[in-house]
Amino acid sequence: MTDQLKPAVRLTELRKSFGAFEVLKGISLEAMEGDVVSILGSSGSGKSTMLRCINMLETPDSGRIEVGGEAIQLKQAGGRTRPADRHQLQRMRASIGMVFQNFNLWSHMTILENLIEAPIHVQKRPRADCVDEAEALLEKVGIAEKRNHYPAHLSGGQQQRAAIARALAQHPKVMLFDEPTSALDPELVGEVLRVMRALAEEGRTMLVVTHEMGFARDVSSKVVFLHKGAVEVEGSPHEMFAAGRSDCFRQFLSGSNGLR
Amino acid sequence: MDIPFLYETLLKLLTGVPLTLQLAVSSLGLGAILAVILALARLSGLRLLAWPASCYVFIFRSTPLLVQIFLIYHGLGQFHGVRASFLWPILREPYWCALIALTLNTAAYSCEIVRGALLSVPPGQIEAARACGMSSFTLHRRVVFPLALRHALPGYGNEFILMIKSTALASIITLMEVTGLAAQLISESFRAIEILIVAAAIYLFINFIVTRLVQWAEYALSADLRPPPAALEQGGAL
Repeated sequence: MTDQLKPAVRLTELRKSFGAFEVLKGISLEAMEGDVVSILGSSGSGKSTMLRCINMLETPDSGRIEVGGEAIQLKQAGGRTRPADRHQLQRMRASIGMVFQNFNLWSHMTILENLIEAPIHVQKRPRADCVDEAEALLEKVGIAEKRNHYPAHLSGGQQQRAAIARALAQHPKVMLFDEPTSALDPELVGEVLRVMRALAEEGRTMLVVTHEMGFARDVSSKVVFLHKGAVEVEGSPHEMFAAGRSDCFRQFLSGSNGLR
Repeated sequence: MDIPFLYETLLKLLTGVPLTLQLAVSSLGLGAILAVILALARLSGLRLLAWPASCYVFIFRSTPLLVQIFLIYHGLGQFHGVRASFLWPILREPYWCALIALTLNTAAYSCEIVRGALLSVPPGQIEAARACGMSSFTLHRRVVFPLALRHALPGYGNEFILMIKSTALASIITLMEVTGLAAQLISESFRAIEILIVAAAIYLFINFIVTRLVQWAEYALSADLRPPPAALEQGGAL
């Protein structure tokens, strides 16, 4: 499949500091179309910051971010890096689905309203289409009966599935997951992972910051281990988990809860 | 008790109600717009905007409304520049002076209500809006303001009630709203107690309606805080 050779996301030499603390020390990373990249690392390794740079929720100090072959334009202003073109940024963000650790569903909207909000008000698609599609997505993530409920009425697992559906409603080229199961009670983790696994099987491009070693090993096509703001080691899950190519990574694995 | 006199007084004072409501509603409406602008200025992080807004709030909250009304009605006319300007036809009218004073005053208080409400919007929900590509305008219109409004309502209901009562001060610069009419009737009949009781009852009734309206608005905007429809059905009769 020649399609799979196109890079969906390419990060080049990303650097970012918070004050004197350098969080990202020149990170480069590539994800091909259809790749599922698991990003592992202990807390403070910069994995969330890196993910949040891809849709510019964090602005890198320097480096290059390409999504779908298009680079996000940056400029220097007042000693800081900023997006150069607001409209380009908004357009690119609309093509990147983001799933947060804390779901971040809009609490004043019903689940269905959450799903159709961006398609209608950002992408300007006809309402009726958006509603039909949103209902199909809710069906797919298994919470169709909750369409008229508010986020507060749902369990964490249901909220996260709704948040995934909300991201899918925008037809994203790439899906970013920022520790999607870390805020969930253990018994709710499975239902979210099942949805993510189904998406991976559809061939969606996904970048997943996670602590779920089972997911990283069984579902991803590539595993990246970050340590102190740099890519320590990366490779296929087979290479990574079988051989444990770096001492750091081996240590990280033995310290984590083990393979689920 | 002289029922016919009370009834007669009530009829006379009721003719002042439209002016009372007009002053309250106009100043609250204009004040709310100003308050949102001030609150956004205070939260902008730009010192050039935040500092003047803070000063404004400090001055108008820390001085009596009555003094503000006097200063605008009597004070501004002292300046030749004001009398010569195109604003004079407005500033010499007691109605406009009262309206301006009430608006500026409520804007200062409401600014703080709005600011608190804006700060209460969960950052995660704003981030989610950004992440899906919303412009700053859409983000405020669809997410920030609707969420802030829900937080502001209880405090703003308070402000609404205070403003209804504050309009009574307009009587001091000759406006014939409920209190102005009451003062006039007292000077004609010297029956202060009865007339003031009727006037107070009118304010009480207006604010009774206002509190109901605010309660209704709070209820209408808080469906997400109530149990879901299915839970109500399962729970049976409440």
